[in-house]
Amino acid sequence: MSNNWVEACAADDIDEEDVIRFDHGGRTFAIYRSPDDRYFATDGLCTHEQVHLADGLVMDEIIECPKHNGRFNYQTGEAMGAPVCINLKTYPVKVEAGKVLVQLG
Amino acid sequence: MTAGMLIVGAGECGARAAFTLRERGYDGPVTLVGDEPHLPYERPPLSKEAMVSEAEPAPKFIGDGEHFASRRIACVTGTSAVAIDRAARRVTLADGKALPYDKLLLTTGAMPRKLPLPGADNARCAYLRTHDDALRIRGALKAGSHVAILGGGFIGLEIAASARKRGASVTVIEALPRILTRGVPEAIAQIVDARHRREGVTLACGKAVLALRETASGIEIALADGSTVAADLLIIGIGAVPVTDLAQQAGLAIENGIAVDAQLRTSDPGIYAAGDCCSFPLAVYGGRRVRLECWRNALDQGALAARNMLGAGENASAVPWFWSDQYDLTLQIAGLPDEGTQAVRRDLSEDAFILFHLADDGRLVAASGIARGNAVAKDIRLAEMLIAKGARPDPAALAQPDVKLRSLLAA
Repeated sequence: MSNNWVEACAADDIDEEDVIRFDHGGRTFAIYRSPDDRYFATDGLCTHEQVHLADGLVMDEIIECPKHNGRFNYQTGEAMGAPVCINLKTYPVKVEAGKVLVQLG
Repeated sequence: MTAGMLIVGAGECGARAAFTLRERGYDGPVTLVGDEPHLPYERPPLSKEAMVSEAEPAPKFIGDGEHFASRRIACVTGTSAVAIDRAARRVTLADGKALPYDKLLLTTGAMPRKLPLPGADNARCAYLRTHDDALRIRGALKAGSHVAILGGGFIGLEIAASARKRGASVTVIEALPRILTRGVPEAIAQIVDARHRREGVTLACGKAVLALRETASGIEIALADGSTVAADLLIIGIGAVPVTDLAQQAGLAIENGIAVDAQLRTSDPGIYAAGDCCSFPLAVYGGRRVRLECWRNALDQGALAARNMLGAGENASAVPWFWSDQYDLTLQIAGLPDEGTQAVRRDLSEDAFILFHLADDGRLVAASGIARGNAVAKDIRLAEMLIAKGARPDPAALAQPDVKLRSLLAA
Protein backbone atom coordinates (compact mmCIF):
# COMPACT_ATOMS: atom_id res chain seq x y z
CA MET A 1 0.00 0.00 0.00
CA SER A 2 2.99 2.28 0.40
CA ASN A 3 2.79 3.14 -3.28
CA ASN A 4 -0.77 4.30 -3.06
CA TRP A 5 -0.32 7.75 -4.64
CA VAL A 6 -3.64 9.37 -5.52
CA GLU A 7 -4.17 12.44 -7.66
CA ALA A 8 -5.97 15.00 -5.51
CA CYS A 9 -6.17 18.11 -7.68
CA ALA A 10 -4.27 20.36 -10.04
CA ALA A 11 -1.53 22.40 -8.38
CA ASP A 12 -3.21 25.66 -9.30
CA ASP A 13 -6.60 24.57 -7.93
CA ILE A 14 -5.37 25.85 -4.57
CA ASP A 15 -4.41 29.48 -3.93
CA GLU A 16 -1.24 30.16 -2.02
CA GLU A 17 -1.88 30.07 1.75
CA ASP A 18 -5.15 28.24 1.27
CA VAL A 19 -6.75 24.81 1.52
CA ILE A 20 -9.27 22.70 -0.37
CA ARG A 21 -11.25 19.58 0.43
CA PHE A 22 -10.49 16.27 -1.27
CA ASP A 23 -12.78 13.24 -0.91
CA HIS A 24 -11.49 9.79 -1.84
CA GLY A 25 -12.60 6.25 -1.07
CA GLY A 26 -15.21 7.32 1.45
CA ARG A 27 -12.72 9.46 3.33
CA THR A 28 -12.17 13.21 3.37
CA PHE A 29 -8.86 15.04 3.31
CA ALA A 30 -7.60 18.62 3.28
CA ILE A 31 -4.91 19.66 0.78
CA TYR A 32 -2.89 22.78 1.59
CA ARG A 33 -0.64 25.15 -0.32
CA SER A 34 1.72 27.07 1.97
CA PRO A 35 2.75 30.73 1.53
CA ASP A 36 6.13 29.49 0.25
CA ASP A 37 4.39 27.34 -2.36
CA ARG A 38 4.71 23.87 -0.89
CA TYR A 39 1.87 21.34 -0.68
CA PHE A 40 0.64 19.33 2.32
CA ALA A 41 -2.21 16.95 3.14
CA THR A 42 -4.03 16.01 6.35
CA ASP A 43 -7.20 14.27 7.39
CA GLY A 44 -10.11 16.51 6.43
CA LEU A 45 -11.98 16.67 9.71
CA CYS A 46 -11.01 18.49 12.87
CA THR A 47 -10.15 16.13 15.74
CA HIS A 48 -12.35 18.12 18.14
CA GLU A 49 -15.67 17.82 16.31
CA GLN A 50 -16.53 16.57 12.85
CA VAL A 51 -15.92 19.83 10.99
CA HIS A 52 -14.29 20.14 7.55
CA LEU A 53 -10.98 21.96 7.95
CA ALA A 54 -11.08 23.04 4.30
CA ASP A 55 -13.60 25.72 5.34
CA GLY A 56 -11.02 27.13 7.76
CA LEU A 57 -8.40 29.81 7.35
CA VAL A 58 -4.74 29.05 6.58
CA MET A 59 -2.25 31.40 8.24
CA ASP A 60 1.40 30.58 7.56
CA GLU A 61 1.77 26.95 8.63
CA ILE A 62 -1.45 26.92 10.69
CA ILE A 63 -4.94 25.76 9.75
CA GLU A 64 -7.70 27.07 11.99
CA CYS A 65 -10.94 25.10 12.34
CA PRO A 66 -13.85 27.16 10.98
CA LYS A 67 -16.10 26.31 13.91
CA HIS A 68 -14.19 26.57 17.15
CA ASN A 69 -10.86 28.04 16.07
CA GLY A 70 -8.92 24.98 17.10
CA ARG A 71 -5.48 25.26 15.46
CA PHE A 72 -3.18 22.71 13.91
CA ASN A 73 0.17 22.93 12.20
CA TYR A 74 -0.91 21.38 8.90
CA GLN A 75 2.71 20.57 8.00
CA THR A 76 3.28 18.38 11.08
CA GLY A 77 -0.31 17.72 12.23
CA GLU A 78 0.44 19.10 15.69
CA ALA A 79 -2.58 20.33 17.72
CA MET A 80 -1.74 23.84 18.94
CA GLY A 81 -3.96 24.11 22.04
CA ALA A 82 -7.53 24.35 23.36
CA PRO A 83 -10.01 23.22 22.24
CA VAL A 84 -7.99 20.73 20.17
CA CYS A 85 -5.72 18.26 21.91
CA ILE A 86 -5.49 15.37 19.42
CA ASN A 87 -3.00 15.72 16.56
CA LEU A 88 -4.11 15.61 12.94
CA LYS A 89 -2.89 12.79 10.69
CA THR A 90 -0.70 14.00 7.82
CA TYR A 91 0.08 12.35 4.45
CA PRO A 92 3.05 12.65 2.08
CA VAL A 93 2.46 14.88 -0.94
CA LYS A 94 4.31 15.40 -4.22
CA VAL A 95 3.64 17.57 -7.26
CA GLU A 96 4.20 16.03 -10.70
CA ALA A 97 3.29 17.56 -14.05
CA GLY A 98 1.11 20.17 -12.39
CA LYS A 99 -0.81 17.58 -10.35
CA VAL A 100 -0.89 17.23 -6.58
CA LEU A 101 -0.48 13.58 -5.54
CA VAL A 102 -1.17 12.33 -2.02
CA GLN A 103 0.10 9.07 -0.61
CA LEU A 104 -2.79 7.48 1.27
CA GLY A 105 -1.58 4.69 3.53
CA MET B 1 2.81 27.36 52.26
CA THR B 2 0.65 28.86 49.58
CA ALA B 3 -3.16 28.81 49.59
CA GLY B 4 -3.23 28.58 45.83
CA MET B 5 -5.64 29.48 43.07
CA LEU B 6 -9.35 28.94 43.59
CA ILE B 7 -11.82 28.97 40.70
CA VAL B 8 -15.56 29.14 41.42
CA GLY B 9 -17.65 28.01 38.46
CA ALA B 10 -16.77 24.81 36.59
CA GLY B 11 -17.92 25.51 33.04
CA GLU B 12 -15.81 26.10 29.94
CA CYS B 13 -14.30 29.27 31.37
CA GLY B 14 -13.28 27.90 34.75
CA ALA B 15 -11.88 24.70 33.25
CA ARG B 16 -9.79 26.60 30.69
CA ALA B 17 -8.47 28.83 33.44
CA ALA B 18 -7.39 25.80 35.49
CA PHE B 19 -5.61 24.20 32.52
CA THR B 20 -3.94 27.48 31.61
CA LEU B 21 -2.54 27.92 35.12
CA ARG B 22 -0.75 24.57 34.73
CA GLU B 23 0.29 25.19 31.12
CA ARG B 24 1.89 28.41 32.36
CA GLY B 25 3.86 26.49 34.94
CA TYR B 26 1.98 27.41 38.10
CA ASP B 27 2.90 24.82 40.71
CA GLY B 28 0.68 25.62 43.72
CA PRO B 29 -2.76 24.21 44.54
CA VAL B 30 -5.50 24.70 41.93
CA THR B 31 -9.12 24.00 42.92
CA LEU B 32 -12.17 24.18 40.68
CA VAL B 33 -15.58 24.36 42.39
CA GLY B 34 -18.86 23.77 40.52
CA ASP B 35 -22.45 23.22 41.58
CA GLU B 36 -23.30 20.71 38.83
CA PRO B 37 -22.76 17.00 39.50
CA HIS B 38 -20.63 16.63 36.34
CA LEU B 39 -17.04 17.49 35.55
CA PRO B 40 -16.76 20.53 33.21
CA TYR B 41 -18.37 19.97 29.82
CA GLU B 42 -19.05 21.92 26.64
CA ARG B 43 -22.44 23.64 26.50
CA PRO B 44 -22.83 24.44 22.77
CA PRO B 45 -24.02 20.89 21.89
CA LEU B 46 -26.85 21.02 24.47
CA SER B 47 -29.33 22.71 22.12
CA LYS B 48 -28.11 20.78 19.09
CA GLU B 49 -26.36 17.37 19.02
CA ALA B 50 -27.48 16.43 22.54
CA MET B 51 -31.12 16.85 21.49
CA VAL B 52 -31.00 15.01 18.18
CA SER B 53 -28.60 12.10 18.77
CA GLU B 54 -30.12 8.61 18.62
CA ALA B 55 -28.92 7.48 22.00
CA GLU B 56 -29.14 9.52 25.17
CA PRO B 57 -25.92 11.55 25.13
CA ALA B 58 -23.29 11.88 27.83
CA PRO B 59 -21.94 15.38 28.45
CA LYS B 60 -19.11 16.37 26.07
CA PHE B 61 -16.47 16.60 28.77
CA ILE B 62 -13.65 19.13 28.48
CA GLY B 63 -11.42 16.61 30.19
CA ASP B 64 -11.98 13.35 32.08
CA GLY B 65 -11.09 12.79 35.73
CA GLU B 66 -7.61 11.61 34.78
CA HIS B 67 -7.05 14.76 32.73
CA PHE B 68 -7.65 16.89 35.82
CA ALA B 69 -5.90 14.55 38.25
CA SER B 70 -2.70 14.34 36.21
CA ARG B 71 -2.55 18.15 36.26
CA ARG B 72 -3.23 18.23 40.01
CA ILE B 73 -6.46 20.20 39.51
CA ALA B 74 -8.85 19.39 42.36
CA CYS B 75 -12.45 19.34 41.11
CA VAL B 76 -15.17 19.87 43.69
CA THR B 77 -18.45 19.01 41.93
CA GLY B 78 -22.06 19.27 43.08
CA THR B 79 -21.19 21.98 45.60
CA SER B 80 -21.91 25.68 45.38
CA ALA B 81 -19.87 28.44 46.96
CA VAL B 82 -21.96 30.49 49.37
CA ALA B 83 -19.71 33.24 50.71
CA ILE B 84 -16.40 34.99 50.14
CA ASP B 85 -14.47 36.28 53.17
CA ARG B 86 -12.27 38.81 51.39
CA ALA B 87 -10.31 39.79 54.48
CA ALA B 88 -9.39 36.19 55.31
CA ARG B 89 -9.15 35.20 51.61
CA ARG B 90 -11.45 32.24 52.07
CA VAL B 91 -14.54 30.90 50.28
CA THR B 92 -17.22 28.99 52.18
CA LEU B 93 -18.99 26.14 50.39
CA ALA B 94 -22.58 24.95 50.83
CA ASP B 95 -21.34 21.87 52.72
CA GLY B 96 -19.69 24.12 55.30
CA LYS B 97 -16.10 23.59 54.16
CA ALA B 98 -13.93 26.66 53.67
CA LEU B 99 -11.26 26.92 50.96
CA PRO B 100 -8.43 29.45 51.26
CA TYR B 101 -7.03 31.29 48.24
CA ASP B 102 -4.20 33.55 47.18
CA LYS B 103 -6.16 34.55 44.10
CA LEU B 104 -9.80 33.83 43.38
CA LEU B 105 -11.43 33.60 39.94
CA LEU B 106 -15.21 33.83 39.60
CA THR B 107 -16.51 32.04 36.50
CA THR B 108 -20.06 31.64 37.72
CA GLY B 109 -21.64 32.07 34.29
CA ALA B 110 -25.22 33.03 33.60
CA MET B 111 -28.64 31.54 34.34
CA PRO B 112 -31.73 31.56 32.14
CA ARG B 113 -33.87 34.64 32.70
CA LYS B 114 -37.07 33.56 34.48
CA LEU B 115 -40.42 34.36 32.94
CA PRO B 116 -42.14 36.57 35.54
CA LEU B 117 -45.57 34.93 35.29
CA PRO B 118 -47.43 32.63 37.69
CA GLY B 119 -46.94 29.03 36.61
CA ALA B 120 -43.62 29.60 34.85
CA ASP B 121 -41.97 27.19 37.29
CA ASN B 122 -44.47 24.37 36.89
CA ALA B 123 -43.62 20.90 35.61
CA ARG B 124 -44.66 21.77 32.05
CA CYS B 125 -42.08 24.54 31.71
CA ALA B 126 -38.38 24.06 31.00
CA TYR B 127 -35.27 26.20 30.70
CA LEU B 128 -32.00 25.17 29.07
CA ARG B 129 -28.64 25.75 30.68
CA THR B 130 -27.27 22.41 31.86
CA HIS B 131 -26.85 18.91 30.51
CA ASP B 132 -29.62 17.72 32.82
CA ASP B 133 -31.95 20.44 31.44
CA ALA B 134 -31.12 19.21 27.92
CA LEU B 135 -32.00 15.60 28.79
CA ARG B 136 -35.33 16.72 30.18
CA ILE B 137 -36.24 18.74 27.07
CA ARG B 138 -34.97 15.97 24.84
CA GLY B 139 -37.46 13.59 26.44
CA ALA B 140 -40.33 15.77 25.18
CA LEU B 141 -39.07 15.96 21.59
CA LYS B 142 -40.61 13.13 19.61
CA ALA B 143 -42.94 12.52 16.71
CA GLY B 144 -46.46 13.48 17.67
CA SER B 145 -45.48 15.77 20.55
CA HIS B 146 -45.95 19.52 20.44
CA VAL B 147 -43.55 21.91 22.09
CA ALA B 148 -43.94 25.65 22.43
CA ILE B 149 -40.81 27.75 22.66
CA LEU B 150 -40.94 31.19 24.19
CA GLY B 151 -38.27 33.45 22.74
CA GLY B 152 -37.00 33.70 19.17
CA GLY B 153 -33.35 34.02 20.12
CA PHE B 154 -30.50 31.59 19.50
CA ILE B 155 -31.39 29.09 22.22
CA GLY B 156 -35.05 28.96 21.24
CA LEU B 157 -34.37 28.66 17.52
CA GLU B 158 -31.67 26.02 17.89
CA ILE B 159 -34.03 23.96 20.04
CA ALA B 160 -36.78 24.51 17.43
CA ALA B 161 -34.51 23.10 14.70
CA SER B 162 -33.58 20.12 16.89
CA ALA B 163 -37.24 19.50 17.76
CA ARG B 164 -38.17 19.39 14.07
CA LYS B 165 -35.39 16.89 13.43
CA ARG B 166 -36.93 14.69 16.12
CA GLY B 167 -40.36 15.04 14.49
CA ALA B 168 -42.04 17.16 17.16
CA SER B 169 -44.29 20.00 16.06
CA VAL B 170 -43.06 23.40 17.19
CA THR B 171 -44.51 26.85 17.85
CA VAL B 172 -42.06 29.66 18.59
CA ILE B 173 -43.58 32.66 20.38
CA GLU B 174 -41.65 35.92 20.22
CA ALA B 175 -42.85 39.17 21.81
CA LEU B 176 -40.95 41.41 19.39
CA PRO B 177 -41.95 41.88 15.73
CA ARG B 178 -39.18 39.60 14.45
CA ILE B 179 -36.82 36.86 15.61
CA LEU B 180 -33.16 37.47 16.55
CA THR B 181 -33.56 41.17 17.31
CA ARG B 182 -30.54 41.21 19.59
CA GLY B 183 -27.36 41.52 17.59
CA VAL B 184 -28.48 39.99 14.27
CA PRO B 185 -29.18 42.16 11.20
CA GLU B 186 -32.66 41.86 9.75
CA ALA B 187 -31.48 40.50 6.36
CA ILE B 188 -29.92 37.51 8.13
CA ALA B 189 -32.83 37.03 10.52
CA GLN B 190 -35.11 36.82 7.47
CA ILE B 191 -33.16 33.87 6.06
CA VAL B 192 -33.43 32.07 9.40
CA ASP B 193 -37.12 32.94 9.68
CA ALA B 194 -37.92 31.62 6.19
CA ARG B 195 -35.99 28.41 6.83
CA HIS B 196 -37.86 27.65 10.06
CA ARG B 197 -41.20 28.20 8.34
CA ARG B 198 -40.13 25.95 5.49
CA GLU B 199 -39.24 23.25 8.01
CA GLY B 200 -42.74 23.48 9.44
CA VAL B 201 -42.14 25.62 12.53
CA THR B 202 -44.98 27.99 13.43
CA LEU B 203 -43.41 31.37 14.19
CA ALA B 204 -45.66 33.70 16.17
CA CYS B 205 -43.84 37.04 16.33
CA GLY B 206 -45.14 40.21 17.97
CA LYS B 207 -47.10 38.14 20.51
CA ALA B 208 -46.70 38.72 24.21
CA VAL B 209 -47.58 35.98 26.70
CA LEU B 210 -50.29 36.92 29.19
CA ALA B 211 -50.81 33.78 31.21
CA LEU B 212 -49.88 30.11 31.59
CA ARG B 213 -52.26 27.36 32.61
CA GLU B 214 -51.28 23.80 33.39
CA THR B 215 -53.76 21.30 31.99
CA ALA B 216 -54.19 17.54 32.45
CA SER B 217 -52.05 16.82 29.41
CA GLY B 218 -49.81 19.85 29.08
CA ILE B 219 -49.81 23.61 29.18
CA GLU B 220 -51.91 26.37 27.65
CA ILE B 221 -50.27 29.66 26.81
CA ALA B 222 -52.58 32.64 26.52
CA LEU B 223 -51.29 35.36 24.20
CA ALA B 224 -52.08 39.07 24.24
CA ASP B 225 -54.01 38.88 20.96
CA GLY B 226 -56.54 36.56 22.58
CA SER B 227 -55.26 33.35 21.00
CA THR B 228 -54.04 30.29 22.87
CA VAL B 229 -51.23 27.83 22.18
CA ALA B 230 -51.50 24.34 23.66
CA ALA B 231 -48.33 22.30 24.09
CA ASP B 232 -46.91 19.32 25.93
CA LEU B 233 -43.99 21.42 27.13
CA LEU B 234 -43.12 25.13 27.11
CA ILE B 235 -39.41 25.83 26.72
CA ILE B 236 -38.52 29.31 27.89
CA GLY B 237 -35.51 30.94 26.21
CA ILE B 238 -35.81 34.66 26.92
CA GLY B 239 -32.21 35.48 27.66
CA ALA B 240 -29.75 34.94 30.47
CA VAL B 241 -28.77 36.88 33.54
CA PRO B 242 -25.28 36.84 35.03
CA VAL B 243 -24.79 34.91 38.26
CA THR B 244 -23.53 37.58 40.64
CA ASP B 245 -24.98 36.79 44.09
CA LEU B 246 -21.68 35.60 45.53
CA ALA B 247 -19.82 38.66 44.22
CA GLN B 248 -22.60 41.00 45.30
CA GLN B 249 -22.67 39.64 48.86
CA ALA B 250 -18.92 40.10 49.01
CA GLY B 251 -19.34 43.76 48.08
CA LEU B 252 -17.66 43.59 44.67
CA ALA B 253 -18.65 46.19 42.08
CA ILE B 254 -21.52 45.01 39.87
CA GLU B 255 -22.50 46.55 36.56
CA ASN B 256 -24.47 44.25 34.25
CA GLY B 257 -22.50 41.39 35.78
CA ILE B 258 -19.39 41.45 37.92
CA ALA B 259 -17.53 44.58 36.79
CA VAL B 260 -13.92 43.91 35.82
CA ASP B 261 -11.18 46.00 34.23
CA ALA B 262 -9.36 45.22 31.00
CA GLN B 263 -7.24 42.66 32.86
CA LEU B 264 -10.38 40.97 34.27
CA ARG B 265 -9.72 42.20 37.84
CA THR B 266 -12.78 42.92 40.00
CA SER B 267 -12.87 45.80 42.46
CA ASP B 268 -10.87 43.54 44.82
CA PRO B 269 -7.33 43.09 43.44
CA GLY B 270 -7.20 39.49 44.69
CA ILE B 271 -10.35 38.49 42.81
CA TYR B 272 -10.82 38.08 39.05
CA ALA B 273 -13.95 37.33 37.04
CA ALA B 274 -14.32 36.01 33.49
CA GLY B 275 -16.86 34.74 30.98
CA ASP B 276 -20.65 35.17 30.98
CA CYS B 277 -20.74 36.50 34.55
CA CYS B 278 -18.65 39.64 34.00
CA SER B 279 -18.82 42.93 32.14
CA PHE B 280 -15.56 44.32 30.81
CA PRO B 281 -14.31 47.21 28.65
CA LEU B 282 -14.04 46.15 25.02
CA ALA B 283 -10.84 47.69 23.66
CA VAL B 284 -11.82 47.43 20.01
CA TYR B 285 -14.75 49.82 20.64
CA GLY B 286 -12.90 52.36 22.77
CA GLY B 287 -13.65 50.64 26.05
CA ARG B 288 -17.41 50.20 25.66
CA ARG B 289 -18.51 48.03 28.59
CA VAL B 290 -20.08 44.78 27.45
CA ARG B 291 -20.98 41.37 28.79
CA LEU B 292 -20.76 38.50 26.31
CA GLU B 293 -22.55 35.18 26.47
CA CYS B 294 -20.68 33.02 24.05
CA TRP B 295 -18.42 30.04 23.99
CA ARG B 296 -15.26 31.57 22.59
CA ASN B 297 -15.36 34.48 25.00
CA ALA B 298 -15.63 31.99 27.88
CA LEU B 299 -12.60 30.09 26.61
CA ASP B 300 -10.50 33.18 25.82
CA GLN B 301 -11.26 34.99 29.07
CA GLY B 302 -10.67 31.89 31.17
CA ALA B 303 -7.19 31.63 29.69
CA LEU B 304 -6.56 35.39 29.98
CA ALA B 305 -7.68 35.53 33.62
CA ALA B 306 -5.34 32.66 34.44
CA ARG B 307 -2.38 34.40 32.79
CA ASN B 308 -3.15 37.61 34.65
CA MET B 309 -3.52 35.79 37.98
CA LEU B 310 0.09 34.77 37.35
CA GLY B 311 1.09 38.39 36.72
CA ALA B 312 1.02 38.63 32.92
CA GLY B 313 -0.69 42.04 32.98
CA GLU B 314 -2.40 41.46 29.61
CA ASN B 315 -5.45 43.41 28.48
CA ALA B 316 -8.47 41.75 26.89
CA SER B 317 -8.23 42.53 23.19
CA ALA B 318 -10.37 39.92 21.45
CA VAL B 319 -13.09 40.81 18.96
CA PRO B 320 -16.41 39.19 20.00
CA TRP B 321 -17.25 36.20 17.81
CA PHE B 322 -19.95 33.62 17.86
CA TRP B 323 -21.91 31.18 15.75
CA SER B 324 -25.27 29.45 15.64
CA ASP B 325 -26.23 26.25 13.80
CA GLN B 326 -29.83 25.67 12.74
CA TYR B 327 -30.60 22.84 10.26
CA ASP B 328 -27.69 23.01 7.79
CA LEU B 329 -27.42 26.79 8.18
CA THR B 330 -24.53 28.35 10.05
CA LEU B 331 -24.54 31.96 11.08
CA GLN B 332 -21.33 33.63 12.25
CA ILE B 333 -20.87 37.13 13.60
CA ALA B 334 -17.59 38.88 14.40
CA GLY B 335 -17.85 42.15 16.32
CA LEU B 336 -21.07 43.79 17.45
CA PRO B 337 -23.17 44.91 14.44
CA ASP B 338 -24.86 47.68 16.47
CA GLU B 339 -21.54 49.59 16.36
CA GLY B 340 -22.05 50.14 12.63
CA THR B 341 -24.06 52.85 10.88
CA GLN B 342 -24.04 51.35 7.40
CA ALA B 343 -23.80 47.84 5.97
CA VAL B 344 -22.14 46.58 2.78
CA ARG B 345 -23.26 43.23 1.38
CA ARG B 346 -20.98 40.64 -0.24
CA ASP B 347 -22.72 37.72 -1.95
CA LEU B 348 -20.50 34.64 -1.95
CA SER B 349 -23.00 32.37 -3.65
CA GLU B 350 -26.74 32.03 -4.01
CA ASP B 351 -27.19 31.03 -0.40
CA ALA B 352 -24.17 32.57 1.31
CA PHE B 353 -23.61 36.24 2.07
CA ILE B 354 -21.85 38.53 4.48
CA LEU B 355 -22.81 41.96 5.75
CA PHE B 356 -19.91 44.22 6.66
CA HIS B 357 -20.85 46.83 9.23
CA LEU B 358 -18.99 50.12 9.01
CA ALA B 359 -18.85 53.04 11.45
CA ASP B 360 -19.20 56.68 10.34
CA ASP B 361 -15.42 57.05 10.21
CA GLY B 362 -15.14 54.09 7.81
CA ARG B 363 -13.82 51.59 10.35
CA LEU B 364 -15.00 48.02 9.87
CA VAL B 365 -16.68 47.25 13.22
CA ALA B 366 -18.52 43.97 12.59
CA ALA B 367 -19.28 41.32 9.99
CA SER B 368 -22.23 38.94 10.00
CA GLY B 369 -22.68 36.07 7.60
CA ILE B 370 -24.95 33.15 6.91
CA ALA B 371 -24.55 30.12 4.66
CA ARG B 372 -25.16 26.42 4.40
CA GLY B 373 -22.30 24.82 6.29
CA ASN B 374 -19.21 26.86 7.03
CA ALA B 375 -18.98 28.72 3.71
CA VAL B 376 -18.63 32.15 5.35
CA ALA B 377 -16.16 31.05 8.02
CA LYS B 378 -12.93 32.03 6.24
CA ASP B 379 -14.15 35.50 5.38
CA ILE B 380 -15.66 36.10 8.82
CA ARG B 381 -12.31 35.14 10.37
CA LEU B 382 -10.47 37.54 8.07
CA ALA B 383 -13.05 40.23 8.85
CA GLU B 384 -12.37 39.66 12.53
CA MET B 385 -8.68 40.36 11.90
CA LEU B 386 -9.56 43.52 9.96
CA ILE B 387 -11.79 44.66 12.84
CA ALA B 388 -9.01 44.02 15.37
CA LYS B 389 -6.65 46.14 13.26
CA GLY B 390 -9.08 49.06 13.13
CA ALA B 391 -8.97 48.80 9.32
CA ARG B 392 -10.95 51.17 7.08
CA PRO B 393 -11.44 49.00 3.99
CA ASP B 394 -12.87 50.37 0.76
CA PRO B 395 -16.62 49.55 0.83
CA ALA B 396 -16.55 48.78 -2.90
CA ALA B 397 -13.86 46.15 -2.31
CA LEU B 398 -15.87 44.62 0.53
CA ALA B 399 -18.91 44.29 -1.74
CA GLN B 400 -16.91 42.56 -4.48
CA PRO B 401 -16.50 38.81 -3.83
CA ASP B 402 -13.54 38.62 -6.24
CA VAL B 403 -11.49 40.89 -3.99
CA LYS B 404 -9.82 38.68 -1.42
CA LEU B 405 -10.23 39.94 2.15
CA ARG B 406 -6.69 38.76 2.83
CA SER B 407 -5.43 41.38 0.38
CA LEU B 408 -7.25 44.09 2.39
CA LEU B 409 -5.57 42.84 5.54
CA ALA B 410 -2.14 43.35 4.02
CA ALA B 411 -3.02 46.91 2.93
